[in-house]
Amino acid sequence: MKHPHTRHNAAGLRSRTGRFTLIALLTALPALLFAWSAGWLSSRLSPQQFVDQLEQNGGRHAGFRRNHAKGLCVSGYFEPSADARRLSTAGVFAAGRHSVNGRLSIPGGNPYGADDKAPLRSLGLQIDGGSAHEWRMALNSSAVFVVARPEDFYALLQAQQPDPVSGRRDKEKLRAFFNRHPETAAFRQWQSQHTPSDSFANSRYNSLNSFVFTDNAGTERYLRWSLIPQQAYQPQAADNGADFLAADFRRRVAQQPQRWTLQLQLAADGDPVNDATRAWPAERPTVNAGTLVINAAGPQQQGACRDINFDPLILPAGIRPSGDPLLAARSAVYSDSFTRRITEQATQEHPHD
Amino acid sequence: MTDHFHWLIRTLHWLMAIAVFAMLCIGAAMVSSVAGSHSWLTGLHRPLGMLILLLALLRLAVRLMTRQPGLPPDMPRLQQRAAQASHILLYSLMIVLPLVGWATLSAGGYPLILAGEVQLPPLLEKSNTLYALLRPAHRWLAYALLLLILAHLAAALFHALIRQDGVLQSMLPGRAKK
Ligand code: HEM
Ligand code: HEM
Ligand code: HEM
Repeated sequence: MKHPHTRHNAAGLRSRTGRFTLIALLTALPALLFAWSAGWLSSRLSPQQFVDQLEQNGGRHAGFRRNHAKGLCVSGYFEPSADARRLSTAGVFAAGRHSVNGRLSIPGGNPYGADDKAPLRSLGLQIDGGSAHEWRMALNSSAVFVVARPEDFYALLQAQQPDPVSGRRDKEKLRAFFNRHPETAAFRQWQSQHTPSDSFANSRYNSLNSFVFTDNAGTERYLRWSLIPQQAYQPQAADNGADFLAADFRRRVAQQPQRWTLQLQLAADGDPVNDATRAWPAERPTVNAGTLVINAAGPQQQGACRDINFDPLILPAGIRPSGDPLLAARSAVYSDSFTRRITEQATQEHPHD
Repeated sequence: MTDHFHWLIRTLHWLMAIAVFAMLCIGAAMVSSVAGSHSWLTGLHRPLGMLILLLALLRLAVRLMTRQPGLPPDMPRLQQRAAQASHILLYSLMIVLPLVGWATLSAGGYPLILAGEVQLPPLLEKSNTLYALLRPAHRWLAYALLLLILAHLAAALFHALIRQDGVLQSMLPGRAKK
C-alpha cells in the first residue's frame, strides 16, 4: 500500500520544487527592484556621501550645519514691488510686508571658522507668502558657482579634504582638480579680483542657480536674482580678525534696519540657464522686485534660524526650479544634513534620554 | 471557495498594490540620489502617499461593510491566524506610514504642498524631538511594509501554485459564484 504512493509523491515532488523555485523568483523580483531604486546595486553618488565628505573636511560638530556652519540668525520683512507682481503669481509678491527669517553665514563645516579667510559670504531666507506660498532660498556672494554639476562639487570637496596630520589642504590635488575643470575659471577669476567688504550688511547675495517665474497669463520667464545691499561698500580691513562679522552686524542692526534690493535678472533665449558657472551678459534687463529689511539679529544657537532648512526647492506657487542639476542635489543634501543636525539637537535638548 | 472579494476591494487592492510598491521605490530612490529625479520623485511621493491614505480608509470602510470570502477551512489554524494578522498589519501600515510622513514634515517645519496651491496644515507642532523620532520611524515602517509585502506575495503564490485552493482567485477578476 505504501509503495505506489511513495512513487507518486516522488514524481510530484519534482514539479513542486519547480513551483517553489518559481515562487522564490517571483518574490525576489520586487525585492531586486526595490534594491535597485535604493541605489544598492550601483555606486551612484548619494546625499549621505556628500554630507560624510563635508564632515571629513570641516569636522563633525553636533547640532551644526554640515556646511555654512558659522552664522547668525536675522529677521525682518520683505516688501515687494508692483513690478514683481507682474512677473510671478507668488504670494510673497502680494502688496504688503511679508515676515522673514534669515541666516547670515560663511561656508565651511567649522562653526568656529575664520571670517577674514572666508572665500565668500552667504544668506539663507525664508519668506512667508501664506499657505502654499512660502519661499526659501540660500544665496552666495560669489558672482558664479565654482562648478556646474553635483559630482564635480563632490570631487572638489574630496580634493579639499585636509591632510589628517598637517590639517592643511593639498595644493597639488587642488591644482590638478582646477586643471581638469576649466569651468571653475570664472569663479576663480571672481575670487582673485574681489575684495570682500567689511560687513555682512554691505555684501551682495546671489541665487546663482536659475528659476522660472510664472505670471498671471501663464507666461514663464527664466531668471536669477540678487540681494543688492543699500549699505555702502567698504573694503574689509587687514586687521579685522577671525571673528568680526556677527558682532559687526548686530551692532549695525541695533542702530538701524539693514536693507537690500531684490533684483531679478531676466534671461534671454540661449542664455545658460542650467549652468551656475556662467554669468549672463550684464546688459540683460533687470527688475526691482522689492526690498528686504532686516531689523533684528541674534546668535544662531538660540535663534529661529537654527532649526530651518533653507532648501532652495521650497518655492511658492508661481516660482519653479530650472533644470540646473545643482538644485536637486542641494535639496537632497541639505535634507540629510538637516536630519543629522536636528537629531543631534534633539539629543542635546534631552541629554538624559 | 471560489467566492470573491467585493469588486471595489479587488479594484483597490490591485491599484494600491502598484501604488504602495511604487511608493516604497520612490521613497528609497529620492533619499539616495542627488540626480534631477530627486525633485520630481519628492513631488510625487507626497501627493501619492496622501492618496494612498485616502484609498486605504475607503478600502477599510468597504471591507467592514462587505462579506469576505473567508480562507479555506482546511488551512492550518496557524496559517489562518498569520494570514489575518498580516492583513491587519498591511492595512495598518498603509494608514500609519502616510500619517508618519505627514507628521515628519510637520515636525521638521516643512510645508506639505500636494500640488500647486494646495497645502495641507501641519499635523503637529514643529519639534526637534519628534522629527528625530518620526524621520527614522518612517524609514523602518517602510522597510517593514516592504518585507510584509514580499511575504504576502510569496503566500499568495503559495496558495495559487502549491495549495491551489482558490485564494488567489478570490482577489482576481471574475463573477462571484453562488
Ligand atoms: C551641489 C552643490 C552644493 C552642496 C552639496 C551644498 C551643501 C550644503 C549643505 C550640506 C549645507 C548645510 C544645510 C543645512 O544643514 O541646513 C549648505 C548650506 C548652504 N548652502 Fe550649499 N551646497 C551646494 C551648493 C550651493 C550653492 C550653489 C549655493 C548658493 C547659491 C549654496 C549656498 C548655501 C547657503 C547660503 C547655505 C547656508 C544656508 C543656511 O544658513 O542654512 N550652496 N550647503
Ligand atoms: C503584487 C502582489 C500581490 C498579490 C499576488 C496579492 C494577492 C492577494 C490575495 C490573493 C489576497 C486575498 C487573501 C485572502 O483571501 O484573504 C490578498 C489580500 C490582501 N492584500 Fe494583497 N496581493 C499583492 C500585493 C499587495 C500589496 C502591495 C498590498 C498592500 C500594501 C496588499 C494588501 C492586501 C490586503 C490588506 C489584503 C487583505 C484584504 C482584505 O482582507 O480586505 N496586497 N492579496
Ligand atoms: C504608502 C505611503 C508611503 C511609503 C511606502 C513611503 C515610503 C518612503 C520611503 C521608503 C522613504 C525612504 C526612507 C529612508 O530610506 O530613509 C521615505 C522617505 C520620506 N517620506 Fe515617505 N512614504 C509614504 C508616504 C509618505 C507621505 C504621505 C509623506 C508626506 C506627506 C512622506 C514623506 C516622506 C519624507 C519627508 C521622507 C524623507 C525625505 C528626506 O529625508 O529627504 N511619505 N518614504
